[in-house]
Amino acid sequence: MNEEVEMPKQLYWEDVEVGAELPPISKIATTQKLVMWAGASGDFNPLHYQESFARSRGMPNVLVHGRLKAHWLIHLVENWIGEEGRIKKLSCQYRGEDYPRKMTSEITYEEGETWWCKGVVTKKYVEEGKHMVDCDIWVENGRGEKTTPGKATVVLPSRQTK
Amino acid sequence: MVIIAGEIGKEVRMAVPEKIAQLIGKPIGEPMVWEIERGAIRRFAEAIDNPNPLYRDPEYARNSKYGDVVAPFGFHGWPVKGGLMEMMGAVILPMVEAGYPVILDAGVEFESFVPIRAGDTLFSYSKVTDVTEKTTKSGKGMLILTIEMNFLNQNGERALAMRNSIICRQL
Repeated sequence: MNEEVEMPKQLYWEDVEVGAELPPISKIATTQKLVMWAGASGDFNPLHYQESFARSRGMPNVLVHGRLKAHWLIHLVENWIGEEGRIKKLSCQYRGEDYPRKMTSEITYEEGETWWCKGVVTKKYVEEGKHMVDCDIWVENGRGEKTTPGKATVVLPSRQTK
Repeated sequence: MVIIAGEIGKEVRMAVPEKIAQLIGKPIGEPMVWEIERGAIRRFAEAIDNPNPLYRDPEYARNSKYGDVVAPFGFHGWPVKGGLMEMMGAVILPMVEAGYPVILDAGVEFESFVPIRAGDTLFSYSKVTDVTEKTTKSGKGMLILTIEMNFLNQNGERALAMRNSIICRQL
């Protein structure tokens, strides 16, 4: 999956409005990505890479790691706030199960589901001199279901204190 | 601690296992040491398809306000699920014995205090901060356990808090 390596322009607190949507980002979970995540995260639960084991636990396929989806959401927020913004707090719940696309060669994968990370601004305020914004965030699967809802609080630069 | 979950015409007794209730607020497991390595950060960023050069390009990162490769929010060294797993040993057995054998990772909360950079050494300590009893829609009892890990850096600054929610459910 190719994403453009281009840093977003800086977001300032004054530019944010309650109700505004965060620029969505797309993700594709493949069995190969899950193996990469297992190695990068150290989560070696076979539920995430051995189909026969996943089936023995009642799943139709290996399962996308909840924590991987949490870090997709972190990417969503980070991409929105730019380099001068800072994530203060971020949480999510693993409510729905997601299953990866299978590989069709060493580097290609089957057609199928694309996941979208999305968010909306819920609150904008100043606290202890810091310019803060709260958002609802979520991962949406190919059927439009929010499998991983969460919340984020960010600190943004202000044009006034620039 | 015994909690009575009342239902009309039926009394369901559900107990927060004594061994679990006793853990609340106390440190569990041994403190752990985490080295923040550039390679681990890069592989982590690759696995989540995050192209941010702050995580991958030392040259770019040196010219940023961080001065070196920085860890993505929530990253505290490899393995990211380490510590939690070791600690779970202290709570899984009492949960299984108390009739809650289905253990599920239910969610996570991160709170950042100071940035974590490549080259940092973090120290973590963990505690159970909460146990909540609930009933599922299908009437099964479950306990939601919150395990908090705090990470201090080599300067003694609190860098990150991570709160994991673990569901322990009846079969």
